[in-house]
Amino acid sequence: MPQVPQSPPTTIVPEPIRRGIDVAINGQHFRHTGDPDLPLLWYLRDVLRLTGCKYGCDDRSCGACSVLVGGKLKRACALSMTDVADQGITTVEGLADSDGTLHPVQQAWIAEDAILCGYCQSGQIMAAVDLLARKPKPSDADIDGIPNLCRCGSYPRIRRAIHRAALAMQGKAK
Amino acid sequence: MTRAHDAGRRRFLKVFGTATGALVVGLPALAWTPDELLGQNLIVLDPYLRIEPDGTTVIGARDPEVGQGIRTAESRIVAEELDADWNKVVVAPLDLGVTDVGGEPHWTYGHQIASGSTSIPAAWNDLRIVGAGARELLLRAAAEHWKANVDNLRTLRGEVIAADGRKLGYGELAEAASRLKPDPKRPALKTPSQYLLIGQDAGDVDARDIVTGRQRFAIDNWFGDVLVAVIARCPYPGGKLAHVDDAAALKVKGVEKVMTIPPPDPARPLGTQPLAAGVAVLAQDTWSALQGAAKLDIQWQPGPTAAVGDGALAERASTALLGEPTKAVRTDGDFAETDKHAHYHFKAEYRIATVAHADLEPPSALVKVDSQRAVIVAPVQNPRATFDTVRRLTGLAPDRIEVKLPRTGGGFGRFLETDYVAEAVMLAKAAGKPIKLIWTRADAFAHDTYRPFSVHHLQACADSKRNLTGWTHRIASTSRLAGREPRERWWLSEMHPDDLPAGLVDNLQYAWYALDSALPRGSYRASSHAVNAFATECFIDEVAHGLKQDALQFRLALLGEPRKLAYRGHGGPVLDTGRLAWVLQLAADAIGWQKHETSTHGFGLACHFTFGGYVAHGVDISMEGRKLTIHKVVCAADLGRVVNPLGARAALVGATLDAFSTALRQRITVRDGRIVQSGFTDYPLATMAEMPNDVQVILVPSEERPTGGFDMGFPSAAPALANAIYGGTTARVRQLPIWPELLRLL
Repeated sequence: MPQVPQSPPTTIVPEPIRRGIDVAINGQHFRHTGDPDLPLLWYLRDVLRLTGCKYGCDDRSCGACSVLVGGKLKRACALSMTDVADQGITTVEGLADSDGTLHPVQQAWIAEDAILCGYCQSGQIMAAVDLLARKPKPSDADIDGIPNLCRCGSYPRIRRAIHRAALAMQGKAK
Repeated sequence: MTRAHDAGRRRFLKVFGTATGALVVGLPALAWTPDELLGQNLIVLDPYLRIEPDGTTVIGARDPEVGQGIRTAESRIVAEELDADWNKVVVAPLDLGVTDVGGEPHWTYGHQIASGSTSIPAAWNDLRIVGAGARELLLRAAAEHWKANVDNLRTLRGEVIAADGRKLGYGELAEAASRLKPDPKRPALKTPSQYLLIGQDAGDVDARDIVTGRQRFAIDNWFGDVLVAVIARCPYPGGKLAHVDDAAALKVKGVEKVMTIPPPDPARPLGTQPLAAGVAVLAQDTWSALQGAAKLDIQWQPGPTAAVGDGALAERASTALLGEPTKAVRTDGDFAETDKHAHYHFKAEYRIATVAHADLEPPSALVKVDSQRAVIVAPVQNPRATFDTVRRLTGLAPDRIEVKLPRTGGGFGRFLETDYVAEAVMLAKAAGKPIKLIWTRADAFAHDTYRPFSVHHLQACADSKRNLTGWTHRIASTSRLAGREPRERWWLSEMHPDDLPAGLVDNLQYAWYALDSALPRGSYRASSHAVNAFATECFIDEVAHGLKQDALQFRLALLGEPRKLAYRGHGGPVLDTGRLAWVLQLAADAIGWQKHETSTHGFGLACHFTFGGYVAHGVDISMEGRKLTIHKVVCAADLGRVVNPLGARAALVGATLDAFSTALRQRITVRDGRIVQSGFTDYPLATMAEMPNDVQVILVPSEERPTGGFDMGFPSAAPALANAIYGGTTARVRQLPIWPELLRLL
């Protein structure tokens, strides 16, 4: 049995100030103590091995690294760890429920077989999740607003998947 | 623990029992092995197929998955002949199958390459037998168990069923089946009417992993203790390092080493060694390596021959085309004499820009090398070429080299090369540590094996009855075989002697002219079919219009009565004009060709025979000012029997959009001897908004052998679009990319 101290300590040594950047990624808390300029992309990929966030370009043009930061769609390549300090971040790995039930957007992607090479799809899915949060019944023109690039030409299936997910999510809301 | 049961030499299937009672079947290919190699049958193989006691059926997928859907399609072929329950199938990618036979590699899985849509035809030849052979063993195991005549048993979805309705699951039979000797006879294959999986839609087997982010693409892999490498490469072809100051780079936290990569050896084939000299920064993580590379102070010395852009190449082509051809590819009849007496004469020049691969996944290579073995994880379309490069650089015995085949974010020909693997192996050897080499997007644009540039001179003539009597097609191009093969073979990748309209026009000349370029060139989706079909199918459209004939009827008349023409290239031995005419008719009907003269929209058609597949496109567009709207696209395809229609449709739609994207705005340009483009901002891939919603695929039902289908949807798409643009604007675009030329013409 540990002894309960009978009297308070005579000296108190303060703990060193804990430095670092706190982030919550897919509901889990992490502290980054390395380079504060480290892009979120490489933090996710190299440090946490959350490789659903893909490297595709150097100028924000492809969207393969799309994630939600504070609920907003962002390019992980264009944000430093300082930029995302104290924010909640959702990556494609965090979309499904903890019991493995997929997000309606993920289900729609499978149902429409919107895959081809698959490299851009996690970014496309994050863009769709964001669109559907803003526009639960997106028009084709709304979907056209997604700038994420697909080299393989899976756009028609992506479009169908988004419409399908929108229907499924409306059904759920009722 | 695996144990071979039949050590006989002429064995058909290799069967193993395992300690857990699983049935393991491999090795179909050796039935065709020449006698002198039969001794090699005794090598132990990894399985194509494993059935666990619980019925789980693991099917090995041997070909690299680059988005063509091969893991799904080839496992469906095995599962079909096995009569497996698809719900119990798990698809496991295989590594490169190689063993050491007297110091030389022996390839144990047969076909392992993603190139030229060849995987499905190969799988059709040998993977059906893997499934059928295992099914036969399971039937015999059940017959022994029930003391029944095997002929009275049948199989259905993972079960053997007796005449009286009793059933045994494959999992229950696996152990007994693994103790049987396989029948040396070729197992009976299903008849098509028995197919339950082939011809039915199947979603990509990796779909769930992809949408959850769990799928590991090539770039997503690591080894422990790895150093990440980023290389600053010489931007001038054949150039070398003049000076480097790495002091600032070495000060970056996390950077451990800076190393140099020598310039490529001109005597060694392109693609088997680094494309450029480089300075590599090795660091503990990617970000440190990137920062370090950015801080290198480097001066490069340009190579002996400067890279030039398409404009300068076009001038060289003009001169070259005045002289004698490098190769007279085909001469039928006498074009010059026919043309002299003809009533109608046509002439045009087409120009096709140099383009880059722009796979969304950039090159990378994860490599571990020591004195005992090498492990390679990289985007790989040609595993044997990768193996060869690693073997040459390491000197390791064949069975000491493991080439993993991770799913890859695109291929399109870029990953047929092994330059990036060579870089990583060289660095890993020199650093004595595993290396994860990363290419940036800018690296990928600056150091590609670009699609060749070409200029096409076409001429045609017709008699007074408007029948096409003569045709010439002369191509000057920067062959992709330059730097790889002797000059006399360069034409082979650039022009196919039996491509249409050869065989349809009596007086015909095909000729090829070599153009030199310092830029590396390589294979690109559908290869020269993509560019030659553009020139041919647009020029046919020009001739039809010039003869005041309907572009559909003109093409159909030219194709004539259905007949089989000899076709010597890949996709042969025959080209069936009837099958091509049929897909053209289907595409025309579905696009609404009959209204092309009255509509304000522009309609365009094109068709092409690629690698055994017959594809036609119909395109419906309108132009308002400078805004192009692609309203509808039809892609009609006869690919023989289609294993997975859902996958084939994805490939055909994808190829169509990829072809549009490439044709509209993509081009590589050169300034001061170096590539200008560095990202998708100056090398635009089409976005969703620019691409049509409505892409209709018509798959012709066919009993013919499957051809595969990844490349076939590409060649006819761009000419159909250009022909539709002509229909809508009367602007005849004779260049790729289309867009800048169209703006100039409007």
